[in-house]
Amino acid sequence: MRRLALALMLPAIAKAGEMNFPPAQSAIAHEITNLHTLLMWVILVIFLLVFGVMFYAILKHRKSLGHAAKPFHENTTVEILWTVIPALILIAMAWPAARVVIAQKDTRDSEITIKATGYQWFWGYKYLDHGVDFKSRLTTNRNQIEEYKGKGSPKGEHYLLEVDEPLVVPVGKKIRILTTSNDVIHSWAMPAFGVKQDAIPGFIRDTWFKAENTGTFRGQCSELCGKDHGFMPVVVKVVTDKEFQDWVGKKQAEAKAASDDPNKKWTKDELIARGRSVYEGNCFACHKADGKGSGPYPSLVGSKIVLGPIADHLGMVLKGKNAMPAWSALSDTEIAAVVTYERNSFGNTVGDALFPADVKAARK
Amino acid sequence: MTTANDALHAPSHDHAHEEHHVSFVQRWFYATNHKDIGTLYLWFAFSMFITGGIMALCIRAELFQPGLQFWQPDFFNQLTTLHGVIMVFGAIMPAFTGLANWMLPLMIGAPDMAFARMNNWSFWLLPPAAALLMISFFVPGGAAAGGWTLYPPLSIQAGMGMDLAIFAIHLLGLSSIMGSINIVTTVLNIRAPGMTMLKMPLFGWTMLITAYLLIAVAPVLAGAVTMLLTDRHFDTHFFKAVGGGDPVLFQHIFWFFGHPEVYIMALPAFGIVSQIIPTFARKPLFGYVSMVYATCSIAILSFMVWGHHMFAVGMPASTQLFFMFLTMLIAVPTGVKVFNWIATMWQGSMTFETPMLFSIGFVCLFTVGGFSGLILAIAPVDTQMQDTYYVVAHFHYVLVAGALFSLFGATYYWLPKWTGYMYHEGRGQFHFWWSMIWFNVTFFPMHFLGLAGMPRRIPDYNMQFTDFNAMATVGAFCFGLGQIFFLFNVIHTIRGGVGKAPASPWEGANTLEWEVASPAPHHTWETPPSLEIVEKGLKAQGLLGDHHE
Repeated sequence: MRRLALALMLPAIAKAGEMNFPPAQSAIAHEITNLHTLLMWVILVIFLLVFGVMFYAILKHRKSLGHAAKPFHENTTVEILWTVIPALILIAMAWPAARVVIAQKDTRDSEITIKATGYQWFWGYKYLDHGVDFKSRLTTNRNQIEEYKGKGSPKGEHYLLEVDEPLVVPVGKKIRILTTSNDVIHSWAMPAFGVKQDAIPGFIRDTWFKAENTGTFRGQCSELCGKDHGFMPVVVKVVTDKEFQDWVGKKQAEAKAASDDPNKKWTKDELIARGRSVYEGNCFACHKADGKGSGPYPSLVGSKIVLGPIADHLGMVLKGKNAMPAWSALSDTEIAAVVTYERNSFGNTVGDALFPADVKAARK
Repeated sequence: MTTANDALHAPSHDHAHEEHHVSFVQRWFYATNHKDIGTLYLWFAFSMFITGGIMALCIRAELFQPGLQFWQPDFFNQLTTLHGVIMVFGAIMPAFTGLANWMLPLMIGAPDMAFARMNNWSFWLLPPAAALLMISFFVPGGAAAGGWTLYPPLSIQAGMGMDLAIFAIHLLGLSSIMGSINIVTTVLNIRAPGMTMLKMPLFGWTMLITAYLLIAVAPVLAGAVTMLLTDRHFDTHFFKAVGGGDPVLFQHIFWFFGHPEVYIMALPAFGIVSQIIPTFARKPLFGYVSMVYATCSIAILSFMVWGHHMFAVGMPASTQLFFMFLTMLIAVPTGVKVFNWIATMWQGSMTFETPMLFSIGFVCLFTVGGFSGLILAIAPVDTQMQDTYYVVAHFHYVLVAGALFSLFGATYYWLPKWTGYMYHEGRGQFHFWWSMIWFNVTFFPMHFLGLAGMPRRIPDYNMQFTDFNAMATVGAFCFGLGQIFFLFNVIHTIRGGVGKAPASPWEGANTLEWEVASPAPHHTWETPPSLEIVEKGLKAQGLLGDHHE
């Protein structure tokens, strides 16, 4: 009821910032905003003129006022005028728009290139010039989202627009974003920078931005990409050049420390422990914490694939099937770990283990 | 009625009441009469409208506030997908075909549609298609959930609900093509003597051009979904990048169908409004010939602008500019149409019965949809709007306030002809104002949601979007409720309404359908209308004498 009352008195409470584009943070975004404002003025003038005439007729040329119809039905002059004048207005509008299109498409001379890969359902970023590589996932707790029984926990300010690792870029540098995808089409969108670029499997597209201010900016995947389409935000943290260098240094050191040594000899128990975190990071959303799945997502408990030959299980993870995406983007160790974990958890007791070398061999 | 009586009535057009000789099953299931088939189409379309509408309300209920209250995200996507497919292919398109079936022969003085038995076929393909779509909710994996655009690779991942949807689209496409062939043949071949192409009611022109559009693009869609089907099951890799296919190819093919499809749902509406406004302004339609040319130019341009749905896929600047300029150009003929309608009202003697209210509502709101379309045509601005609620607002202004309002207007306009009774004017007007207000409450805030960046097709959103979403949901439920009232109005009219309708209940109506009795007898124009009757009507429509051809 409160929501209903709120909805009806809405115009008074809506904040101005929610009725237009988010504040522009790049030259292109400024140009787009100005273009939109110009268009709105043109439209407003046309609207008032045309509807002024129509409502004058509606008010004055009524039968109830005794107005008699004048049966004219052709006038070549006005018909030519109202074809030519709109065409001229359109040309006047097309000119500035074309300039912005050309600027927006010019990705040359970028200073930093970052590849953004869409996954179901998170983003992977790779700094091609710095060797930094990470995944960026939604951090909003599922309890806040799922309210089916009316008991969701309170939502924060950045509900659904918060991630564990944002994209970090320096202010004032031309950043080129290459987009591609691992599974279906996603779209990398950042309204504050005037950027929206589809990420298409098998293809690489590019776009660019140059942020004018430091701060954190938020967008969302903008192409329907399956069940968690609403849950893959894009978050960009713009920092000073110095902070960016520090951050890159830290990430590079972290990556070195955290990488699974390819020569390490794993035991089954180590794989299961590592597999649990891989599972929680990747498989959890569909198959759930208890492995029982939900809706169209099958249960792993007693599943034919999980209990069957280990090669088939591995094949399913690598290649996917129907709603199950291919997980080939995970490392050999991660895949080995998660397969071993699934075969020995949730009540499954197959007892065997998969090793990174097996995954490496299977990829060929 | 006996044969003797029939013989007595022979000179008139009134060969009514043949239905007394046939059983219910024969009349409705084996229907070959254009009026019966028209009625079947209209009821089918209405039931699909309610079905799709209930899905829309399920969507709006979920979006009333942030968080997931009712549906799992996957089911939410099924709802949005099927809502789109059902409204486009099940409600709007069959409703226009139904109107064409009912009214075209009457308006151009033909005894029936050209291919009466094919007409029966084209209708009876629809219910199985609808059944397939509904069944798909109950198969493993649920209904198609990739959006009405069915973009691969997402649609390749889906379960068998997608196969059912593809087969349903095949059937619906087949039905549309047959319906279109019938309309083209009827309009081109069996017009009354003296009614040349440029003297035909504008509704005839818009249905003719729509039919051509459908014949051109329905096979394109059928091809695209068949390629999707073989990609899904026979590893053909048309659209699968892993096998060398191109996911964007599907989008090009889909929108080569999809953009003309938008006009397939808009042109007939232009035709209806061009019949109604002159009637209630008591003036001939202004600029008949430029209306015909504008309709043709819109149809031709509609084939060249599909790329504006794909400004975010990463096409080169030159291609973006090409599609942007051509898309903007459509504003010219569309503007001409709006100016013509307003010039028709200018210096008229207007009254505001329900059909006229819906037509004026159409002109106002369709223009708003046209303006937002112009904004979306500007490629850089589209970067901000693509796949946001701004687009949802835009196409609902065009399709609900456009196509649907024109259908309501047409229903009230021709109800007396269909039923023989007058509808209750006050209730009709209430239905209009109720729909008008709640339509705007529902869809206007979506412009703001889109500007602020809320993506479409998401089941949940950030708190900043809450107020406008709540407002839209309240609007949607009220709008939906109003359509039950519409059903009540129609049933009330069928059962006698506020009294018997004369042959021509509207003072300013001059087209041929008003020359036959109300309700229109089962068989009309078995002998074509005389030149005298035809010319009387043409003269009143300003299509004789000083009319330039």
